[in-house]
Amino acid sequence: MHRLAGLMLLGALLVVGSAGAQTFRYASTGDLLTLDPHSADEALSNSFKNNIHEGLVRFNEKLEPEPALAVSWKNVDPVTWRFQLRRGVTFHDGTPFTADDVVFSYDRQRSKNSVMASHVATIKSVKKIDDYTIEYVTVGPDPILLRNLTEHFIVSKKWCEQHATTEPVAGLKEETYATRHENGTGPFQVVERLPDTRTVLVPYPKWWDLPNKKYAIARAEFRPIANAATRLAALISGELELAYPVAPQDVARVEGQKGFRVIKKPELRVVYLGMDQWRDESLDMPGSKKNPFKDVRVRRALYQAIDVEAIRAKVMRGMAAPTGLTIPELTEGYDAKLRERYPYDPAASRKLLAEAGYPDGFPVTLDCPNDRYINDEAICQSLVPMLARVGVKATLNAQTKSKHFDKILRKSNNNTSFFLLGFSPETADAMATFVPTMTMKGEGAGAWNAGRYSNPKVEELVEQIKVEMSPEKRRGLMSEVLRIHKEDFGHLPLHEQLIIWGVRDGVEVTPDARDRVQLRYVKMRQ
Amino acid sequence: MIAGVLTRLLQGLGVMLVVGLLAFAVSTKLGDPVNNMLGQNATIEEREAMRRELGLDQPFAVQYGRYLGRVVRGQLGVSYRLGVPVGELLVERLPASVELSGMAMLLTLVLGVPLGIYTAIRRGSLLSKIILGASLAGLSVPTFLTGLLLIFLFAVQLQWLPSSGRGEVVSIGPWTTGLLTASGLRSLLLPAITLALFSLALLLRLVRGELLDVLHSDHVRFARARGLPERSINFRHGLRNALLPVVTVAALQLGNLLAFSVVTETVFQWPGMGLLFLQAVQFVDVPVISSYLLLAAVAFVLINLVVDVSYLVLDPRVRSTVGGR
Repeated sequence: MHRLAGLMLLGALLVVGSAGAQTFRYASTGDLLTLDPHSADEALSNSFKNNIHEGLVRFNEKLEPEPALAVSWKNVDPVTWRFQLRRGVTFHDGTPFTADDVVFSYDRQRSKNSVMASHVATIKSVKKIDDYTIEYVTVGPDPILLRNLTEHFIVSKKWCEQHATTEPVAGLKEETYATRHENGTGPFQVVERLPDTRTVLVPYPKWWDLPNKKYAIARAEFRPIANAATRLAALISGELELAYPVAPQDVARVEGQKGFRVIKKPELRVVYLGMDQWRDESLDMPGSKKNPFKDVRVRRALYQAIDVEAIRAKVMRGMAAPTGLTIPELTEGYDAKLRERYPYDPAASRKLLAEAGYPDGFPVTLDCPNDRYINDEAICQSLVPMLARVGVKATLNAQTKSKHFDKILRKSNNNTSFFLLGFSPETADAMATFVPTMTMKGEGAGAWNAGRYSNPKVEELVEQIKVEMSPEKRRGLMSEVLRIHKEDFGHLPLHEQLIIWGVRDGVEVTPDARDRVQLRYVKMRQ
Repeated sequence: MIAGVLTRLLQGLGVMLVVGLLAFAVSTKLGDPVNNMLGQNATIEEREAMRRELGLDQPFAVQYGRYLGRVVRGQLGVSYRLGVPVGELLVERLPASVELSGMAMLLTLVLGVPLGIYTAIRRGSLLSKIILGASLAGLSVPTFLTGLLLIFLFAVQLQWLPSSGRGEVVSIGPWTTGLLTASGLRSLLLPAITLALFSLALLLRLVRGELLDVLHSDHVRFARARGLPERSINFRHGLRNALLPVVTVAALQLGNLLAFSVVTETVFQWPGMGLLFLQAVQFVDVPVISSYLLLAAVAFVLINLVVDVSYLVLDPRVRSTVGGR
């Protein structure tokens, strides 16, 4: 009897002990650059913002907008949106959240030094109606306002004024208080921040959504570990609960380790090839007065020369989902009917090339990054012999992302004929891909359209989609864009790369399709 | 002697100018920082505006002139990546790098010199052969591989030591140290060994080679003929004369450990200047890259100066030539 009681006591002690030790430790390739939500627009920094800061609207697990700091909204007229703000919300320092903070945050996010201005670019003005009601007026009818608002982060007016950080910094000005301190309304608050070493968070005890909380951790510790092998070692040696990303070649290693598993899920990113469709003479064929890529038959020939299944199986070790579209699943506007790829067919490819006047193929340089996407250089290496089989003599030019993007983007006048790009529509809306990669006219067009693909019909449809408020009609127009682009062979899609996370057993996490760890969904079982 | 030191300093200044030019030239050829600074949603116009604001649209000569002007005024600029003044960043990362390279240097000296002496005196013994064989491995196996092997063995398999990071640190004024906590010391061990291996092997073989040379020279033979005790011959007549090149190489190795621990720091995620440098290169953080290289040049110039001065103390012959000028 005594022994039983003793065991129970011991058990109780163990439970208490481990409950106190529910620290979720995780690591990724780099560190967030700043805690200021308006000062950096970069993958890792963005992935962290939702833990600390919130917008009026947030994404649920399926990347659909749901109420956050606003409880409801309605269109007063097509361009005027009235938001009812949530009452009883406080910032991490205890200051109550009101309409003044929304107005202030709007001004801060769109100020000259903000790099997050694009998310509020369609908003012309903001008006406080009362302490818990605001009105946004958009430039035109704006069907993706709600999605953009998920990245419009609310900061405390009082706190920013107190600490003289009413303007963000964009790597230009001096450091401000907001670089290393935060005061959001989000589910977690930062208690320790050592740049490039670790960032420690604890749950915010007065979070407005606490009654519905889905997380079960007492503390979170984020560490940057740049080297993939070291990161994996830290996971397997028990120093981490989650390491991401895991390289495809290391997946078997983690799965073979007792007590660990790998989580895989398609990422909101498509890897594809682009081609110069604007120069009259190809960069690789000086003096020829010819640019083969201007001929749709050539573009189609290259498409059908690519054995995407081999890339999936050999290069990506199964960690990719081949697709015929340049927008990923889970994106508003995605059309499953158009996903199917044209078949891999080298014979057809050779025939098309001959018809287009290139029976012996042509030379081309394939520009490729080697540190940006999963196995990016290896993908390009595997493309070279595939293209050689149909006579196209591709020379691989693989280099670090800073050099790659320097070469292919507008700064160097899109100095490329053939390039690899992976693109993620961060708002999970197809327009985030259409405008920068598939158009050349209109506002914000062409920043990532390195081959300058442009079809008047697509340009026109995109202008319509910009102001189409009916979701149904909008989807129809988007499908039309996808169909035209597919028939144009505007780009050559390869695959959606997978999110690959190495996780310790007893930890439940749901990867956000943007490869973000949302702490509010992390559970640790004991 | 003062004239000698002054000459060296002037030479050092020349070196710095050249390094500064090279550092700046190299860092502007790494690609486009603007694309890393702005998100993918930035428009072409926003990118151009940022480029103008940073002065990146100016010709190279103008950019370099502005950079020199700032450096002379003691301004190293603000990091493109982190938005923090570069001077502050370097000061923040310095302690981690100094402690790592200091510990590696300590290991190098404490093990390298005695082992070198042992292998020279006990030539042909089995242990000497093993040590020399191992030192060859130390010279030829790349650092990142040694680092990963150590991590695999001690962190993953045996789980004795942490795989990465610096552990808990204690702040003493502006300095942070991991030497005062158990986790800090445990974290230091693997990276310090990894970093030390190459210089340890190098120094060991150098000590052995120099000592063997000296032990075969005439004055040692005479000493032996006079019947002096072995101990006195090996250490007083042998080692002292063998030490001069060893001091030079050891000091330059310190510079190497301090400035080029990039690989070790990356493998172990050691939050020092090497890691900062690598991240800066990937991001094309020009102010950090050029300042770091400049700082490395300063370190080498100073170390060389100290070596030259130490020659005066160690070798009477040098003293007489400098004094005679």
